[in-house]
Amino acid sequence: MPEINKIVEKKKLAYGIHMFWIKNEYVAKNAKAGQFVIFRIHESGERIPLTIAGIRDDEFRVIVKAVGKTTYEMCRLKAGDSILDIVGPLGQPSEISKFGKVLVIGGGVGIATIIPIVKELKNKNNKVDVILAARNKNYFILEEEFKNVDNVYFVTDDGSRGFKGFAHQMMEKLLEEEKYDISWAIGPSLMMKACSEIAEKHNLKIWVSLNSIMVDGTGMCGGCRVRIGNELKYTCVDGPEFDGRLVDWESFNSRLIQYKEEEQIALQKYLEKVGEPTWL
Amino acid sequence: MAIKERISPIERKPEERAKDFLEVSLGFDEERAITEARRCLQCKNPPCISGCPVGIDIPGFIKQIVEKNFENAYKILKKYNSLPAICGRVCPQESQCEKACVLNKVGQPISIGNLERFAADWASRNNVKDEVLIEKKQNKKIAIIGAGPAGLTNAAEMAKRGFNVDLYEVFHTAGGVLVYGIPEFRLPKEIVRKEINFLKNLGVDIKLNLPVGFAIHPRKLLEEYDAIFIGVGAGTPKFMNIDGTELNGVYSANEFLTRINLMKAYEFPKTDTPVKFAKKVVVIGGGNTAMDAARSALRLGADVTIVYRRSENEMPARKAEIFHAKEEGIKFKTLTQPIRYIGENGKLIGIECVKMKLGEPDESGRRRPIPIEGSNFIIETEIAIEAIGTQSNKLLLSQFKGLELNKWGYIKADEFGRTSIPKVFAGGDIVTGSATVILAMGAGKKAATAMNDFLS
Ligand SMILES: Cc1cc2nc3c(=O)[nH]c(=O)nc-3n(C[C@H](O)[C@H](O)[C@H](O)COP(=O)(O)OP(=O)(O)OC[C@H]3O[C@@H](n4cnc5c(N)ncnc54)[C@H](O)[C@@H]3O)c2cc1C
Ligand SMILES: Cc1cc2nc3c(=O)[nH]c(=O)nc-3n(C[C@H](O)[C@H](O)[C@H](O)COP(=O)(O)OP(=O)(O)OC[C@H]3O[C@@H](n4cnc5c(N)ncnc54)[C@H](O)[C@@H]3O)c2cc1C
Ligand code: SF4
Ligand code: SF4
Ligand code: FES
Repeated sequence: MPEINKIVEKKKLAYGIHMFWIKNEYVAKNAKAGQFVIFRIHESGERIPLTIAGIRDDEFRVIVKAVGKTTYEMCRLKAGDSILDIVGPLGQPSEISKFGKVLVIGGGVGIATIIPIVKELKNKNNKVDVILAARNKNYFILEEEFKNVDNVYFVTDDGSRGFKGFAHQMMEKLLEEEKYDISWAIGPSLMMKACSEIAEKHNLKIWVSLNSIMVDGTGMCGGCRVRIGNELKYTCVDGPEFDGRLVDWESFNSRLIQYKEEEQIALQKYLEKVGEPTWL
Repeated sequence: MAIKERISPIERKPEERAKDFLEVSLGFDEERAITEARRCLQCKNPPCISGCPVGIDIPGFIKQIVEKNFENAYKILKKYNSLPAICGRVCPQESQCEKACVLNKVGQPISIGNLERFAADWASRNNVKDEVLIEKKQNKKIAIIGAGPAGLTNAAEMAKRGFNVDLYEVFHTAGGVLVYGIPEFRLPKEIVRKEINFLKNLGVDIKLNLPVGFAIHPRKLLEEYDAIFIGVGAGTPKFMNIDGTELNGVYSANEFLTRINLMKAYEFPKTDTPVKFAKKVVVIGGGNTAMDAARSALRLGADVTIVYRRSENEMPARKAEIFHAKEEGIKFKTLTQPIRYIGENGKLIGIECVKMKLGEPDESGRRRPIPIEGSNFIIETEIAIEAIGTQSNKLLLSQFKGLELNKWGYIKADEFGRTSIPKVFAGGDIVTGSATVILAMGAGKKAATAMNDFLS
């Protein structure tokens, strides 16, 4: 077996959130901030998109949150295992230059996703403030990778660390005091929507990264389509980052749950087969 | 002399085949093939040949069938066409070779497609090995982007000429539309797999899962290879973009077919990719893609209606497929145009349509459909599948600076696939827009000749 697609390192970061370093030089050598890959882990597997959250030599990193059959299965893999198919990098890279002062918001696994963007913004000599939002204090993954930003603000739903509340409330608080030139918000779609509304109110440009359901990721099926202003765009080739103020959040959110019943069946069947997901 | 009736292929009964994804037509057995082959007049100046985009010696291979030299028949076919088992099945013969056959004027044309398929299937069943004949090794490297019919043909031709060929494909399987679009019941994937194995025997290095443009920059390809062939197809689906296009339950035919063919969603939950099952499905369009989507939905157990804005005469699908679709119980609602999707809680529940009538012919020569005012009505359905056409695949083109495109966004190339960049050749749907398997193959073959000239 060739080394390609081999998991070289695997670590559990929090309950149900796992980190993988994977060997694939096509991805590692070409990936830019904001891009993603598509995985198919075995012959009867689904194709699922995951954000590239770091690169070293000819390896790249993904952080996976277990939400359904494929991601549960994925979290069960160990160092030494291989992924059957990895396609990437895909998608348009984040548009990063010297803006001045930038606000970047990451929620949940979105904390990992913003790492390459933050790094690139710092490379371009921006002042970068970061809001990290999580359910509670145990979910601040990879926090040490934000050391060289200008300010980090922690937000938890339950107040166990930092500001008690939601990311967009913290964002609003900052915007009332500070002026930013541009912003990013990546996380659960409800968070991105709420942040986009705050950005709109403060007339601030905001990039969000949409996690549409995909099949091919190459512009060939149209399943990832989303309404941006008056236009129909394909998330995989036109995105995944769009101006959050233009996204039609209502249809975006309802498209995310279009296979809800099927997803439940798949997960249930899987758990019947493997038992309690003790590995999560 | 009375002209005999043409022999029909063996087909599975509609009620039986509508329940599974196994092949619909079983083609000719030996007896039928010989009887049909005997009808051929062996014309001195056979017009049928000019009707075939790759100019197969049609009377030549048919004569071998009459003489029961099936292996020879196959070898003649292979000289012109590297994928006869595929073309015999999916070519629109009625507008190509069979249209040009002299018998078409006085009766029924020779069933050239079925004879071609017969010879190819016979060879496969009897393990006739394709000769791996490689001309003298050339110390030159070729990159081919896209493993659809155009890329596969170009790869075979270049490898036979002795070049080192790397074939890049973004999917996890090679074949292009042959594997993700055209369903199993019309083209068993085993046939495509065999052809791809043949390429491997020729020494072609097939690199899967590689989005050229992103995983490898075109600049790098230009540096590392002596010539490049682009066959990335016209796979990006168009939507009518009427109100409600983002509703759940609205699919492009490409998505619906890819989920079913490539990802085997009909076996869900044994496989992990789902597709929506529904009692009622409406397919919009009148081409091969529409027929394939409709017949696939039927096999998943739906009651299926095809909605098309012109009349059946104008439908671009192969006649045989329209016939098969009807036999299987698919309903046709022609002269009908959808104007709005109606949703409830984000889900499709119906389509508002308007009736059409045909006016004067338009640029395409077909009579233009005109809406009849006040004829609006609603079709209730949970699933709508749009099969209204595709456009050029931008995945590569968005990254390939300096490559000239025409006004429709396809690559500008001459008859031999030469583009605005000397080293770069292109062919198939990405040059012509969505066309046919045989035209894509022809383009791959012609470009190989030009590439060979360019490199020697
Ligand atoms: C460009 C892009 C980048 C992504 N990056 C990451 C990443 O870095 N890490 C990560 O963990 N996930 C990421 N996702 C989401 C990930 O692809 C999905 O969580 C995954 O496909 C779910 O598969 P499943 O079979 O495990 O769950 P499913 O059974 O498919 O879904 C289970 C549950 O998750 C929800 N869901 C389904 N699809 C998505 C989706 N695309 N996004 C969010 N929720 C979904 C469903 O509503 C359902 O409730 C990304 C998605 C996109 C489009
Ligand atoms: C549902 C359907 C039914 C059809 N039925 C018929 C029929 O019955 N008869 C007939 O003659 N024709 C039919 N056609 C049309 C026919 O299939 C096409 O004309 C033909 O496949 C075009 O071949 P191609 O090689 O140009 O492109 P494609 O077959 O589209 O192949 C292009 C390949 O390039 C790959 N690719 C794209 N971008 C990249 C990239 N950047 N890097 C790497 N790889 C890339 C794609 O993944 C794909 O595999 C049908 C089409 C469809 C969709
Ligand atoms: S390749 Fe197609 S057009 Fe040519 S003879 Fe065969 S079926 Fe006819
Ligand atoms: S035109 Fe028809 S009858 Fe004449 S050689 Fe061709 S297939 Fe035979
Ligand atoms: S995932 Fe198929 S077009 Fe984007």
